[in-house]
Amino acid sequence: MTRMVYAQPKALTPSRKDVLVLTPWLAPIIWEGTFNIDILNEQFRLQNTTVGLTVFAIKKYVVFLKLFLETAEQHFMVGHKVIYYVFTDRPADVPQVPLGAGRKLVVLTVRNYTRWQDVSMHRMEMISRFSEQRFLHEVDYLVCADVDMKFSDHVGVEILSALFGTLHPGFYSSSREAFTYERRPKSQAYIPRDEGDFYYMGAFFGGSVVEVYRLTKACHQAMVEDKANGIEAVWHDESHLNKYLLYHKPTKVLSPEYMWDQQLLGWPSIMKKLRYVAVPKNHQAIRN
Amino acid sequence: MYQPLNLTIGVTVFAVGKYTCFIRPFLESAEKFFMRGYQVHYYLFTHDPAAVPKVPLGPGRLLSIIPIQGHSQWEEISMRRMETISKLIAKRAHQEVDYLFCLDVDMVFRNPWGPETLGDLVAAIHPGYFAVSRQQFPYERRQVSAAFVAYNEGDFYYGGAVFGGRVARVYEFTRGCHTAILADKANGIMAAWQEESHLNRRFIWHKPSTVLSPEYLWDDRKPQPPSLKLIRFSTVDKDTSWLRS
Repeated sequence: MTRMVYAQPKALTPSRKDVLVLTPWLAPIIWEGTFNIDILNEQFRLQNTTVGLTVFAIKKYVVFLKLFLETAEQHFMVGHKVIYYVFTDRPADVPQVPLGAGRKLVVLTVRNYTRWQDVSMHRMEMISRFSEQRFLHEVDYLVCADVDMKFSDHVGVEILSALFGTLHPGFYSSSREAFTYERRPKSQAYIPRDEGDFYYMGAFFGGSVVEVYRLTKACHQAMVEDKANGIEAVWHDESHLNKYLLYHKPTKVLSPEYMWDQQLLGWPSIMKKLRYVAVPKNHQAIRN
Repeated sequence: MYQPLNLTIGVTVFAVGKYTCFIRPFLESAEKFFMRGYQVHYYLFTHDPAAVPKVPLGPGRLLSIIPIQGHSQWEEISMRRMETISKLIAKRAHQEVDYLFCLDVDMVFRNPWGPETLGDLVAAIHPGYFAVSRQQFPYERRQVSAAFVAYNEGDFYYGGAVFGGRVARVYEFTRGCHTAILADKANGIMAAWQEESHLNRRFIWHKPSTVLSPEYLWDDRKPQPPSLKLIRFSTVDKDTSWLRS
């Protein structure tokens, strides 16, 4: 590292007094104020880090790509090498968005599914397949994001670690009994009422390629098992993600700053930044 | 969640000259509190293997006694530790342990020291300086030294008595410190706090992935502040002037 000048960290002064910044298994929970981005950028640049961002734009969801990519260009991993992996059944509809230096876009043509639940769930299968075949050789970290969103503030290397999940903005202050885990023991995603750390959102997770491969493969296999047993988890891939992260604890947890819906939830004072937010959409129209 | 990984934790400890008197309390307390339930390999460096007491060890726990050269100056003994540790790793420890801690011997464990301390590169905050501004840290302040730290630099003041991590990272770390120590020697300078000064310089550039609170490196001569809920590893009361003579 080069010589850097910054304020001294103080051993007796917590960075945030209003929120939990460390899980019981000693994984940092990332909130504004808990990190110095200059130190982190230097550490990751020294490793010449490349980050892959996977996003699925199936059928009408291609319409979200332009805003997603344009805002990613402004806020996502700026200054680092980035490869966007756009999975789509409509490669001709992928917009031409100008990209900054060291950033490129790869279009991966895949099949679609009739039911939106199947589109959502098969993302796990596709990410695991491409992780093995391609991502392992091209990037250091993978970030798997929903497309019907936009970046509205910095999302950078502070999120990178072996395995990360993001706190669902609807449940970060709920009791575990109220988490919408799959509650039927017949499902592979089953979690009993007295278990669970957090409720993670299916829309934003990631980690090293190896760990994302393991997670997506396990979730896909669990969903195949469920299908064979005639059951579909209540929140589809999100239910399986939550089961996986309960038994394979993430090494970082992102606060709801990284997954927000301003229309539904406003802007509470606990959120110092809203970084990745829902784009208003007509669920009926877009899912069919 | 570390236990199913079948890890072996190494510990290096130096007992040279009169410091052999600390071996028994160190090992006995380590047997009680250090990484219970894990495989542990102690590497005890001493100039006098005959002076090492027989301390019973639990299952899965080993002691290797490694003879090293004594030295008339305690500073020299202290400074050679970095080189000795890196050589140990290269020769055997890289095959024998997953994680390695390098600890001072004139200490005892008073409470559990467990897998919460495992990390890629681990440092411990020095008990004398955790509530103090960086300008008052006893860094080496002479620019000619390889351990030089400017007044506007520094995160925490780390204690030389505790550091560790994954064995490959500890190898790089101790090699780097030793190189810096040699550079200073060639310039006829010895850093203010010997290898602790070099350790601190290096930890600014290669930041530790895990930092242990003063619970893991305490000085019993200090009054226990309310922020310190538990003392896990601390100094043994001793007559320093006699020991170093």
